[in-house]
Amino acid sequence: MSLQPQTIADVQDIVRAGGHLLPRGGGSKPGLSTPTRGTTSIELRNLAGILEYEPGEYTFTAYAGTPVAEVATELARNGQYMPFDPLLAGHGATLGGTVAANTAGSGRYRYGGVRDFILGVRFVDGQGQLVRSGGKVVKNAAGFDLSKFMVGSLGRYGIMVEMSFKVFPRPAVYHTLMLRYGSLADALQATFRLSAAPFEPDAVDLEPQPDKSCQFLLRVGGLESTLPDRIDRLRTFFNDQSAAIDQAHILKGDEETALWIGINEFEWTPSQTDAVVKVPLSPRQVVDLDRAVPDSIRRYTCAGHVAWLAVSKVELLADTLTRLNLTGLRLTGEPGDVILGSRLGLSMAQRVKQALDPAAVFGEA
Amino acid sequence: MNEQKRLSVIKTPFLDALREIYPADRLLAGSVQALAYESDALTAFNARPQAVVLPETPDEVIETVRLCSREQIPFVARGSGTSLSGGSLPVAEGIVIALNRLNRIKRIDAETRVAVVEPGVINLDISRAAEPYGLYYAPDPSSQSICTIGGNLAFNSGGAHCLKYGMTSNHILGMTVVLADGEVVTLGSASLEGVGVGPDLVGLFVGSEGLFGIALEITVRLLPKPERYCTVMAAYDDLGTAGDAVAQVVASGLLPGAMEIMDRLAIKAAEAAVHAGYPPDAAAIVIVELEGETRQVDEEFKALQAVIQASGARHIHIAKDADERARIWKGRKSAFSAVGRLSPDYIVQDGVVPRGHLGHALTEINRLSREYGLEVANVFHAGDGNLHPLILFDGNQAGALERAEALAGEILRMCVALGGSITGEHGVGMEKKAYMTTMFNETDMDTMKAIRMQMDPGLIANRGKMFPGD
Repeated sequence: MSLQPQTIADVQDIVRAGGHLLPRGGGSKPGLSTPTRGTTSIELRNLAGILEYEPGEYTFTAYAGTPVAEVATELARNGQYMPFDPLLAGHGATLGGTVAANTAGSGRYRYGGVRDFILGVRFVDGQGQLVRSGGKVVKNAAGFDLSKFMVGSLGRYGIMVEMSFKVFPRPAVYHTLMLRYGSLADALQATFRLSAAPFEPDAVDLEPQPDKSCQFLLRVGGLESTLPDRIDRLRTFFNDQSAAIDQAHILKGDEETALWIGINEFEWTPSQTDAVVKVPLSPRQVVDLDRAVPDSIRRYTCAGHVAWLAVSKVELLADTLTRLNLTGLRLTGEPGDVILGSRLGLSMAQRVKQALDPAAVFGEA
Repeated sequence: MNEQKRLSVIKTPFLDALREIYPADRLLAGSVQALAYESDALTAFNARPQAVVLPETPDEVIETVRLCSREQIPFVARGSGTSLSGGSLPVAEGIVIALNRLNRIKRIDAETRVAVVEPGVINLDISRAAEPYGLYYAPDPSSQSICTIGGNLAFNSGGAHCLKYGMTSNHILGMTVVLADGEVVTLGSASLEGVGVGPDLVGLFVGSEGLFGIALEITVRLLPKPERYCTVMAAYDDLGTAGDAVAQVVASGLLPGAMEIMDRLAIKAAEAAVHAGYPPDAAAIVIVELEGETRQVDEEFKALQAVIQASGARHIHIAKDADERARIWKGRKSAFSAVGRLSPDYIVQDGVVPRGHLGHALTEINRLSREYGLEVANVFHAGDGNLHPLILFDGNQAGALERAEALAGEILRMCVALGGSITGEHGVGMEKKAYMTTMFNETDMDTMKAIRMQMDPGLIANRGKMFPGD
């Protein structure tokens, strides 16, 4: 069953009526938003629209059902963007779904992820109460920060209806430097050297290849007049320091834009994939994880701080993640167990669950 | 027998149990040393705890919290006591857990840009330790040379660079904490995503003002030191023009690391205290700092210069080298203590307004200052709309403190009415708890209380802070 509230009051009424509820935005992450038997889908697509946007404040407030693509278009008119780089905009991802699933793209490397740009939230708790946390200004230390807590909350603690974000001026132009290394380990070494250097790339992605080599992508944004020099410096830096096996290749213009859109839309995942899984990790754990999942298509974003795996056997992956003491979030595939592997802090999450949704209208913690 | 002597020999089952954990030199009960813990940087409040303990290991903290939980004795965790909101004010019948000796930097992984530290580590010491690797810890509260990371975490401290880099919360990736009932949980990770999957418990814990428990080990993210800084100081004949200049910088599409404004009184005080080189007759100065890759900063600087030159500045100074930059910042960071020299007492507020309302807010503060007959110096983080009105008064005059507090209250209500916040970085603590309900309605407050009850059913962790009437 699915319900389509038109107003925040509708959401409150639905929650007060009880049952088992699962919020859904654009449906771009079906593993997280497809209701199972006995669960009612709360479709938030009508609770959409930008409520406040003052470019000079670097902030906006919008309903949770607002598509991120719509926000991006409006921001771009004023030369601004969401630096956490929301995923799946082309698949209809909404702000609410992006926060609930915590899906930031490769561009989060430079300034931070969803948690670093959300400023405030209004949500309906398990008793149908409308609760506000955080604020609408870029700096605020008043009260418990439930807006951050809601990042990654998967709709299990309340239905977000409205949120405020910080935004930044968008770099005028991007160039991407592509290098190829003999192995993932070599490419990781390149990111390690980069860590202590004063370069400020927007994205650092690693793509292991079937032949064991590894593609290394560095996206750099800035003023058009400075980019050739900055890219040149980076190329020299890697030429001097590392064991790239190919000449560096530089992408610009539409081709460059299309590359990163494709990455954010999961075009790199094969169509027969069972599921796409996000695994946050330390770059120190990348080689072990990579070795354990040779049959999957892997992509490491954020200089190896986040793994994205397109896998065909999810159960095997769950065991692997548990063994490596890692946690994964399955975004696609059939609904069911979507958090894979080890669960840190579950007992603390359960405490918050007791406070926000004691009757478990929104499922388990 | 004097009172101190009497207290030091007091025997209660609780104190006896504490003596099982701590040797005599690390358990201060009734001694002169314990006096130092009676208040923090908000000196208007003080309370004498029944004991102060100085743990040296996380296990000692855990044991102490479990003992307090068993006996239902309130505890207040404390670092260097620099809280401006009374956040580490003791509870009279409780104890203070002073974490300064948990000050080990356990690990710096420069290649993945993280550090693992204990809560008693001084903020600036993280940057010092990271410096050989070309890295630093970004949040820079003015007290960064003495305040501890544990306190920064509890109160989600800010600093001058929050627009671009965020607050403490944006730099904490993981932590091990002991909750108020003694359960130890590990949250987040050494990934830049922190928690990454599942609700962001790290984000919830940071800024909870010590009401959930105590962080024992903290994983922070480090950033590469900017290759180039470009620090510009511009002087203006009136505060409004200075405020407009900041708005013009933002509108130009630049993202400066910091934008600060100081008014005439603050300039005078800072100049007298540290000779920062500020023009003493200016009505206001704006400090703007660009930072990043040299090539990019140099180009952005051209754009910045054009904006500042068109903004009506009557004097523009560009820091020539690192020393000059340091001097400009020294003046800004010492402004609070410098203003303190102008007046026997002062209170400082840290409300936030949307940047577009800065001019209106300052005009209103000036009006209130005249109405109350109290001088107000303004030092603020203009980039993020975080005001710091310093309200000067003489505590020896009857009713002066009350008048200053009433003025401060009006400023906070104005901030909320303009769509801002009662606190940008100092936290609610003791000082602003009465104003929480101007910002949050009953449901919001009840929700926060319900979460607190789950974390600390006995309400023993930093009791009396954040919630009005508590």
